[in-house]
Amino acid sequence: MGFLLLWEVAARLAGSRLLPTASAVVAMMAHEAASGDLLFNLGITLLRVAASFAIAMVLGTALGLALGVWRWLDLAFDSWLIVLLNMPALVLIVLMYVWFGLNEPTAVIAVALNKLPSTAVTVREGARALDRGLMEMARSYRMGRLATLRHVVLPQLHPYLFAAARSGLAIIWKIVLVVELLGRSNGVGFAIEEYFQLFDVTRILAYTLAFILVVQAIEWGLWQPLERHVNRWRR
Amino acid sequence: MILEVAIRHKGFGAGKAARPVLADLAFSLGANEIVAVVGPSGCGKTTLLRLIAGLDAAFEGHITWPGLARPRLGVVFQEPRLLPWRTLWENLALVLPPGQEGAAEALLHRLGLWPHRDAYPGQISLGMARRAAIARAFAVAPDLVLLDEPFASLDAANAALGRAILLETWCARPTAALLVTHDLLDAAALADRVLILAGPPSRIAAEIPIAPDQRRNDAASAERLATSLRAAIAKGAISGS
Repeated sequence: MGFLLLWEVAARLAGSRLLPTASAVVAMMAHEAASGDLLFNLGITLLRVAASFAIAMVLGTALGLALGVWRWLDLAFDSWLIVLLNMPALVLIVLMYVWFGLNEPTAVIAVALNKLPSTAVTVREGARALDRGLMEMARSYRMGRLATLRHVVLPQLHPYLFAAARSGLAIIWKIVLVVELLGRSNGVGFAIEEYFQLFDVTRILAYTLAFILVVQAIEWGLWQPLERHVNRWRR
Repeated sequence: MILEVAIRHKGFGAGKAARPVLADLAFSLGANEIVAVVGPSGCGKTTLLRLIAGLDAAFEGHITWPGLARPRLGVVFQEPRLLPWRTLWENLALVLPPGQEGAAEALLHRLGLWPHRDAYPGQISLGMARRAAIARAFAVAPDLVLLDEPFASLDAANAALGRAILLETWCARPTAALLVTHDLLDAAALADRVLILAGPPSRIAAEIPIAPDQRRNDAASAERLATSLRAAIAKGAISGS
């Protein structure tokens, strides 16, 4: 709220077309939402975010778990991870587009590949800290692999998974915009490129604001309730 | 006969740091028999249990289960080792074989845990968590229960209570049990037979059967039995080997 106020005052003082007031941006957001463009582009982008996020989290968690549990695998893949971790997102996206074409699966996978290594690294830390005593308990009581994963391993990884999910969502939606800007003909990234060419800062900020609202809604509506649920056993 | 143990050699480390822990250690266990393995801390008792539980396969010798294709084990570790993120009942239900729910419920009632079945382990006392761990071990309809110093970290009064609870549980669901302890009192209160370990490397220095009329009596007679066991061991069962 304080931020919005500061923005409003600064913009009114500047009085420039390049820094629209907060009220103008909100009004534009409502206008764009009413026309349907905003919701369409936002929806497309969110779908891409969701797909990339799901791939990065599932594969990253599986990889991180395997790396944390098996040392030889960790040694074999460690340098690969460092390469992927330090590969600029832009380079990875351009290479993927060049190799596999300007299509939807390539876009989604390119984004997922940008996030996957950091998920794997975070989960690996969690997997290294797994409680051996509980694993032995599960083994001696002959719990199956799936039951062990679900009831013994994953609950211990929850804090790491939440950390990976939060930072992941933030990074992924930024990268999705780049992917859209470079090689898609719809989505928030595509729209922003259009408005960039027109120097339409009001619309650019309206899209940004809309996305921030969505992310905040996910935080309040999904992560926090989910976190409360999985942490219900903590005193 | 449900279990035959014949360990020729078990050690840790390699090369110059190699350290033998168990050597030429053999015994067997009958159905519904409670055998106590007694030895000082660090003599390899927990290692022995881990070998029997199948948690460590790196040893010379063999451990066989006559007549049992896949023996079912109940294990009581030194700490309760309950899943903190699952309720008491879920902790049991997760390891129960099909059809044992009723028996598990009866056991929880008998141990006074039923009112706490929906509590998480962090919400109950450590004593209750230990009881729950004992209940879990007996609830799975085990062929053998392994107990690893279950009362080691308790004061005398709570250890006595723990032994009483264990006995109560065993009476409700008799099964073969192997109790590993450094405390002769545990052995005297619960066992049909006592194996004394000495080493290193540890082997069985003495095997002391408990007379049927002296088994699992009240606490006072367990104390007397422990004293006489101590005397018998001091007289030479170990040093005379």
